[in-house]
Amino acid sequence: MTLDPTSGDAPFASPDGWRPSEHELARRAARRSQSRRGMSIALVSSVVVIGALGTVVVTSSGWPVVRDTFFDVPYGLEVLPIIFDGFKLDLLLVAIASVCIAVLSMIVALVRTSRSPAAAPFRILATVYVDFFRGTPLILVILLIGFGIPALNLPKISSLDVAVLGTAAIVLTYTGYVAEVIRSGILSVHPSQRAAARSLGLSNAQTMRHVVLPQGIRRVMPPLLNDFVSLLKDVGLVSILGVTEAIQQAQIETNKSFNYTPYVVAALLFLIVTIPLTRFTDRVLATSISRQNAQGTA
Amino acid sequence: MTSTVGGPLLELRAVRKSFGTELVLRDVDLVVPEHTVTVLIGASGSGKSTLLRCINQLELIDDGLVLFDGVDLADPRNDADEIRQRIGIVFQAFNLFPHMSVLDNITLAMRRVHKVQRAQAEAAALELLGRFSLVDKASQYPDRLSGGQQQRVAIVRALAVSPKLMLFDEVTSALDPVLVNEVLAVVRDLRKDGMTMVIATHEMGFATQVADEVCFLSGGVIVERGAPDQVIHAPTDQLTQEFLRRVHEAGRL
Ligand SMILES: Nc1ncnc2c1ncn2[C@@H]1O[C@H](COP(=O)(O)OP(=O)(O)O)[C@@H](O)[C@H]1O
Ligand SMILES: [Mg+2]
Repeated sequence: MTLDPTSGDAPFASPDGWRPSEHELARRAARRSQSRRGMSIALVSSVVVIGALGTVVVTSSGWPVVRDTFFDVPYGLEVLPIIFDGFKLDLLLVAIASVCIAVLSMIVALVRTSRSPAAAPFRILATVYVDFFRGTPLILVILLIGFGIPALNLPKISSLDVAVLGTAAIVLTYTGYVAEVIRSGILSVHPSQRAAARSLGLSNAQTMRHVVLPQGIRRVMPPLLNDFVSLLKDVGLVSILGVTEAIQQAQIETNKSFNYTPYVVAALLFLIVTIPLTRFTDRVLATSISRQNAQGTA
Repeated sequence: MTSTVGGPLLELRAVRKSFGTELVLRDVDLVVPEHTVTVLIGASGSGKSTLLRCINQLELIDDGLVLFDGVDLADPRNDADEIRQRIGIVFQAFNLFPHMSVLDNITLAMRRVHKVQRAQAEAAALELLGRFSLVDKASQYPDRLSGGQQQRVAIVRALAVSPKLMLFDEVTSALDPVLVNEVLAVVRDLRKDGMTMVIATHEMGFATQVADEVCFLSGGVIVERGAPDQVIHAPTDQLTQEFLRRVHEAGRL
């Protein structure tokens, strides 16, 4: 079957000699013009809004100064390599932190949702943990751990690099959030699914692993990815401990030159990673939904 | 038939539908006069559900005409939403909204689409529920009901907006035989009231009783159609004969 090149994936011809009829072609033309109309409305309104905002900014009296101190392109290119070096450290910390968060939050979520009486003390512990770390501002946790642990003068632990301590603080806080997201996913799976799996002879753990978690996690994928993007940005907070990642590097450069372009460069580096990530995850999600819910009915 | 037979309420002309490279409906023609019941039979995968979904535009057709009261539903220039309010559909899987009580399930469209006051909508819903002996379930959540009750609620929900045409897609396939009867009784009732219906089913006995016309689908083509006595009891087409023999062997005739 050949697809209609002018109308998305509507078929245009098939081996049995069929060609779209006059009225079908008219319908497709109408559909196309409707979507064209929608698109031109969207385009025009975007151009108007962006144009208006741009005009307000560019015509403001402070604009020439802002342009020179924030958008100095040659200077930006000059500091790019050193900020990029710092950014690589950010990415490394994100990679390590996300693995730790994934493992720990899964454990906390499973403990929080377990029903066995024997696990009761762990449940209480996990609840206290979540309450504490979800309720404390991340920046305070970073400061407390980053400056508190070295001050304790403990063997080994106190001599850890501040980057490690900062990352640990982020892991502790994010684990609290992510565990709750995973737990809500687990709880959203209908009890009949558990019953069906148990009646097939699957153990409690197997039911969790093969039936409940795959459905629950898929359902909370959007908030989890949201948290991942947040993590990418929040990892920059370790700069307050003096870790020379992208933001800290940008600050060092800015302090030297009194020009804020390095901050804009750092912001762009973060955007270059986060925007494609969000688009990519949108796509993954859409495919997985359409594959599972082909008709939405039997 | 209790009511008079009018002009066609629904007419399909050469409706064609494919999924990817798989042609699922091949130029299907169908005429459904007002106050008549058309029953679709055929093996699983023959395209019955797809045909029903194409009728109320849950699927975009590749070609053909879906005329409802003479208006082409497939044409984007017609307001499909508005016309679709006149067509009720009931699915095999009930598809009740699990987060709403039975009463809210039924009154949702009345209140949100037709802007009926809540009190008035609920009164109408309770009257319908009464007709199908479901009044005591009004405040329950769907999950608490038996399959037969859920399916009857789904039918009441579709009826609540007074559709002119009802589509039923294997509404009894998920039910045990006792519950099958309670649901089929509802459909028989609707027929007495003169409701125009298109029904996909595997219940041949039921089909014989309610159908004005039976259409046998195979591979997306209506290969045989006619009065139930003819199609179900004296089929002429070889494919129909084969299908009915298999149904017979399965003890469903
Ligand atoms: N959303 C879909 N995507 C791809 N193929 C589909 C989809 N829906 C139905 N089909 C295919 O269309 C054919 C007819 O399906 P269906 O209309 O459900 O048959 P029936 O209701 O008679 O059992 C089947 O081969 C099925 O695999
Ligand atoms: Mg079907």
